[in-house]
Amino acid sequence: MNDDAHDTFDVDAAIAALRAQLAPRIATTPDAVLVGIETGGAWIASRLHAEFGLAAPLCTLNISFYRDDFSTIGLHPSVGPSHIPAEIDGKTVILVDDVLYTGRTVRAALNELFDYGRPAAVRLAVLVDRGARELPFAPDAVGLKLDIATNRRIKLTGPDPLRLTMQ
Amino acid sequence: MTAIQLDDQGGLRHLITTQGLPRALIEQILDTAESFVPDPGAPPRKVPLLRGRTVFNLFFENSTRTRTTFELAAKRLSADVINMDVAHSSRAKGEDDLDTLFTLQAMGGSIFAIRHPENGAAARFAAHAADDVAIINAGDGSHAHPTQALLDVFTIRRHRPDFANLAVAIVGDVRHSRVAHSTIQALRTLGTRDIRVVGPERFLPPDPAALGVTAGTDCAALLRDADVVMGLRIQRERIDGDALEGVSDYHHRFGLTPANLAHARPDALVMHPGPINRGVEIDADVAYGRQSVILEQVRNGIAVRMAVMAIIAGNRQPRG
Repeated sequence: MNDDAHDTFDVDAAIAALRAQLAPRIATTPDAVLVGIETGGAWIASRLHAEFGLAAPLCTLNISFYRDDFSTIGLHPSVGPSHIPAEIDGKTVILVDDVLYTGRTVRAALNELFDYGRPAAVRLAVLVDRGARELPFAPDAVGLKLDIATNRRIKLTGPDPLRLTMQ
Repeated sequence: MTAIQLDDQGGLRHLITTQGLPRALIEQILDTAESFVPDPGAPPRKVPLLRGRTVFNLFFENSTRTRTTFELAAKRLSADVINMDVAHSSRAKGEDDLDTLFTLQAMGGSIFAIRHPENGAAARFAAHAADDVAIINAGDGSHAHPTQALLDVFTIRRHRPDFANLAVAIVGDVRHSRVAHSTIQALRTLGTRDIRVVGPERFLPPDPAALGVTAGTDCAALLRDADVVMGLRIQRERIDGDALEGVSDYHHRFGLTPANLAHARPDALVMHPGPINRGVEIDADVAYGRQSVILEQVRNGIAVRMAVMAIIAGNRQPRG
């Protein structure tokens, strides 16, 4: 990592790292359900879903109705609706997001996920872990670990090509 | 009357009318509503957006279905919901209707869905509401019924997204219909140019050009190649002459029957705000036929009302 105004990172390498960490888990739970958080997490989940050739359909979550800052900043510009076409009751769910930071998105995603059913387990896979958690979450798989100042922003754009930049 | 519904950032503050409601806001409501439509076959879900807020359905005029969909919408947003049938309570005791609003505001109500027999009542309530209280017009007199209009255009968009190249025919008592007025305004804002209204002379709007519609009494001509045919509920007492003969003649000339519908496109959507009068403005076979989206309209009404409440609540600071 360097300190240019716009750093870019190797997304493919990070996804490959995620995939390598998830492979043993997928091998033992082949009926695992991949759930990507809109928008960036859904792009990553879509890549992983294709590469693993999972049987369960890809699921996506739009957590904007579950955010904890609704009463102060209102409704976020709409991203896509949630689509959970797979049965998640009793299944291992692999929750995928692009950037893990405070943990508040994961909190919202878990709340929404449990409105759809009771998974046997939920694992967390993130493309980037930038630290500075405000809630007690730890990822199970991390593509890229960055220790960066709180005033910098990490952004994934895509879906084709996927680009990860820091400002 | 239209400026009152926007806040100083141009966001939705109250919902009073579709007249003058900017296209971007209509599209924000429709896009948000899309997120609230349950996946096919999945049960409807409850989201926590309005947890801790109280929604009052304040109905000065009865409407079971509108009140029920507002109630379901508020409950699916996790609000506490109180239904007030004011026509039968405080008004009988002589309380001014604004006093009713002030009393319920004092109880902590933050969103009021108001149905009222008087034109302009919703705007009057909005003008007097507390700063942290929002008014949603659930139908006022023959003035406006914006959530019905929004669910109409939402339903149309899900089937025919190209509003600019849409021919819409509205059949019935357009002159006295708040639904027709609001839906016509919403369609025009979304770019629909070809809107026709059909009915007996006395049901037609006095100035069709001002409304931006073509008007006439000839069902065959005005339904020709229409993509959407919308029937309106007819009040039987408004049909002239001997009751039975009048109804049968109306049904023959203006009812949504297979014969009249044959003039529209074969895949034209059949719509109706409900409740329907079977055998008057619509045939039961048409109402439940393959072209009908009438029950979809009912379902979509919940998602659209959820969207309106969520957006308004998101634009308002909570009480306290």
